[in-house]
Amino acid sequence: MSSQVSAVASTSQWEGGQSPYATNSKKFGMWLFIVSDSLTFTALLFAYTYCRVATPNWPTPFHFSPSIIFSSVMTFCLLTSSLTMVMAVHSMNQGKRRAAAGWLLGTMAGGGAFVVLHLNEWLNLINNEHVTIFDNPWGIPLFGGTFFSLTGLHMTHVVIGLIYLAIICQAVVRGKFKAEDVEVAGLYWHFVDLVWMFIFPLVYLMSAKL
Amino acid sequence: MSTHTEDVIQAHGATIPAFAKVWFTLLALTGVEVFLAYEQVPTIIMLTALLGLSIVKAALIIAYFMHLKFERLSLFLTLFPMLICCILLMLIFLGDAARLPGMRPGA
Repeated sequence: MSSQVSAVASTSQWEGGQSPYATNSKKFGMWLFIVSDSLTFTALLFAYTYCRVATPNWPTPFHFSPSIIFSSVMTFCLLTSSLTMVMAVHSMNQGKRRAAAGWLLGTMAGGGAFVVLHLNEWLNLINNEHVTIFDNPWGIPLFGGTFFSLTGLHMTHVVIGLIYLAIICQAVVRGKFKAEDVEVAGLYWHFVDLVWMFIFPLVYLMSAKL
Repeated sequence: MSTHTEDVIQAHGATIPAFAKVWFTLLALTGVEVFLAYEQVPTIIMLTALLGLSIVKAALIIAYFMHLKFERLSLFLTLFPMLICCILLMLIFLGDAARLPGMRPGA
């Protein structure tokens, strides 16, 4: 009986010395960060939605041209950068470091284009629609507060992601870091993309004006 | 062990054409969302459709790009039921938000 128990215990995935998730600790740590950061973004999206539902005459300042077209192109940039990130991980898994560095640079180009377009969109709102974080022509300051907080936090994540990818890319070129390090960076980048998949429709498309 | 894990994932992971298909699907779903905004469909229908499409897009990104489809089920069960539960709990605020406009003076 005791030998049966010890036999079961020795094959248990939870006995220690073996990851129950069959994954490395860096990747699991990134997953935990992503889950906690998801709740931060969810709280901000709910704050935006709360203000919108509770406020009659919520502003709809996003003209189809240029705002919606710009934000659609931004979405395209992020989605494409996710594909190039997947290719970078794929190349690293095959030991092709130069190809991986190339795909990482492509990913950074997509992220960089997103940031430039987003800043352009912000400047359009600030200069042409006169929206700031505390005030706007429609007398609903919560719009600017929630909009800039949400999109600002997302853009901060994109910028941090670009720095993270730059560090990973130079290390890959110099023969440092393993495939799993690129994969962990990829998880972060895909998460940034994932968050935009909710911000774009709920903030931009729901406030579109022809 | 790490190498073994990578080999297992590589063996069961998606291929490049599969990633390309997911990318095309995500672009197509984004196109549908933009079309709905252009058509200015009623708010409730718009919100339902956009949320539904966003959840599908998120699931595709998590499953394929973030590779969760090819990880152990235990990883998914550790991370996601709790996350979904917390997000659903936040819905409790929206009823309050819907009542507020009717509670304003002169409403």
